[in-house]
Amino acid sequence: MAVLVYTENWDGKFKKLSYELISYATKLAETLNTSVVALSIGNVDEAELRALGQYGASKVLAAKDGRLGSLENKAFASVIAQAAEKEQATVVVFAHNFTGKAVAPRVAVRLKAGLAAGVAGLPQSTDPFIVPKKAFNGSSFANLKINTPIRVLTLFQNSFGILEKPAEPTIESFEPTLNDSDFATSVKDVNKVTGKILLTDAEIVVSAGRGMKSPENWAPLEQLAETIGAALACSRPVSDEGWRPHEEHVGQTGKVIAPNLYFAVGISGAIQHVAGVSSSKFIVAINKDKDAPIFDTAAYGVIGDAMQVLPALTAAFKEFKASN
Amino acid sequence: MKILVCISNVPDTTTKIRFKDNNSVFDTTGVQWIINPWDELALTRALELKETSGGAIEKVTVATVGLTGAEPTIRKALAIGADDAFRVDSDPVDAYFTAAQLAEVVKKEGYDLVFCGIESSDYNGGAVGGMLSEILGFASISSVSAVNYENGAFTFLREIDGGKETLSGNLPLVAIVQKGIAINPRIPNMRGIMNARSKPLVVIPAASTDNQTQYVNYELPPAKAKCKMVDAENMTELVHLLHTEAKVI
Repeated sequence: MAVLVYTENWDGKFKKLSYELISYATKLAETLNTSVVALSIGNVDEAELRALGQYGASKVLAAKDGRLGSLENKAFASVIAQAAEKEQATVVVFAHNFTGKAVAPRVAVRLKAGLAAGVAGLPQSTDPFIVPKKAFNGSSFANLKINTPIRVLTLFQNSFGILEKPAEPTIESFEPTLNDSDFATSVKDVNKVTGKILLTDAEIVVSAGRGMKSPENWAPLEQLAETIGAALACSRPVSDEGWRPHEEHVGQTGKVIAPNLYFAVGISGAIQHVAGVSSSKFIVAINKDKDAPIFDTAAYGVIGDAMQVLPALTAAFKEFKASN
Repeated sequence: MKILVCISNVPDTTTKIRFKDNNSVFDTTGVQWIINPWDELALTRALELKETSGGAIEKVTVATVGLTGAEPTIRKALAIGADDAFRVDSDPVDAYFTAAQLAEVVKKEGYDLVFCGIESSDYNGGAVGGMLSEILGFASISSVSAVNYENGAFTFLREIDGGKETLSGNLPLVAIVQKGIAINPRIPNMRGIMNARSKPLVVIPAASTDNQTQYVNYELPPAKAKCKMVDAENMTELVHLLHTEAKVI
C-alpha cells in the first residue's frame, strides 16, 4: 500500500504546489496507515528529489526516460499508472493544474479508479472514501464518494497548505515500459514565460477590469505588481477586447485561482468573475462605484479612481518595504 | 474526415446555486440550461475548420449524454451548424460513465478528431475528455487554445503551467479545449434554427458501466465578513491592515 504523488517539475525544480501535494498525501497516508511515494518524471537532481522528504515522502521514484521531456498525456499516464501498480497505491494524488487535469483522468481509467477532481481538503471518511471537492464554480463544495479500491485525486492549489514533516527518503530509479504508440503527439515549438510569476502559482495577484478604460492604462498596475511581486490578471471583458492576452483572464471560463491576496481593480464583480477568485484568502477591491458587487466578496475595499489610488498604493508599499 | 464535438448541458453561468433535500440534491427549479461554454466554443471552431478545409472535413457531429431535458441544448448545437447529433439517453452519472457512453458513439461512427471542453461549468470535473481518450486508446492534447488545419495536418496550441507549446498530433486524437479556441461562440440564425428541426438527432440507450463515484451532499461556503472600507487618501492604512491583520504581506 502507498499514497502515490505525481510531483511535476519546472526546468528541474519543484514548486510550492509540489510540497503542498506531498504534505496533503502525508496527512492522508497517516489516516490510511501507509506511506507516501513521490514520482518525478524528467531531469531533476538528487538534492531536489531528496527535498521532497522534508514534507514526508518516504520514497522517491525518478523516471528519467529521455522521451519524457515534454508532456505527452498518454505516455505520462502510462508511467504514473505503472508506478501506482508497482507501489500498490490505493490513492494517487495530482495537482489540479494543466498537467494534473490532462493526465489524472487517463490514469484513473488505467487503474479502474474513481476520480475526484478539484479536491478541497482531506477525506471526511476513508471507509467509505468521501472527499470534499469544489463544484459549481467555487460557489459550493460537494462531498464525493469514491466506490473503487483505488482513488485518483487532483488537489486544488492552496487548499491544504505546506506542512513540514522531515523524513529521509530513499531515491529509486524507475524504468517503466514505454511503447512507440504512447508518443502520438510532438511538441514543435515552446514559448515559455520566463522571469514572470505564474498566475496559477502566485501568492499575490493584481487584476483589473473594464474600469481601467483603456489598455494604455496598465502601467500603474504593472508597477504595483512589480513592487509586491504579484502576477497580473484581468477580467473577461478585458481579454475579450484584446486589451490583455486570454491567459490572464481569471473567472469561470478563464483561470480559477486561489492566491493569498487578490487585488480587483476596476472590476465590478460579476458572478462569473467571482467564481474564479472566490477561493482567494483576501480580496482587496478598488472601484469608483461604491455599489459594485465586488465589495460583497472583498475583505478590504477602496472607493476611488484606480489611476489615482494605484500610484498611492504602490508608493505606500515601497515605503513599507523600505522600513521592514 | 469526421469531427465529434461532445456537448454538456449545464445551468446558465449566472444561476444562483441552491440545493434541496437536506443539501443532497442540486435544485434545478427555475434553472436555464445552456451549452457548456467551452463546448460551444469547440463547436464554433470545428465548424470553422470544416468550412475552410476544402471538403477534407466532411462532417461535424455533436453528442451529449442526457435525458430528454437536454434536447433543447442539442437542438441549439444543430442550429449553430452541426450536421447531426447523438443523445445517449441517460443522466450523466459521473465523468467515467459519460466518457464510456461517448466512447461507444466514437467507436460506432469512427470519428478522427474529438473535441471536448476543458470542464463542464457545473461539477468542474474536467475529466471526460481525458477518460474518453484513454478508453479509446487515442492520443489527447489538453488545455488547447488554438487548432489549425493546413496541408492535411492539424496543429494545436496548448497552454502549460508556464507557457505555451505548439504541437502536431497523429489522428485519431481527443483535443480538450479551453478559452481562445474561438473568440466568440457562433449564434444560430433563423435559417439554422429552421434547419435544425430536420437534422438527424439519434437517441441511443446507455451502455452499462461501473458506478465509480457519487455525490453524497453539498455545502455552501461560510458567509464572508463585511468588507472593511479604507479611505482612498490613506493607502498606508491599507498596507498596514494587509500586514498586521490579514498577514499576507
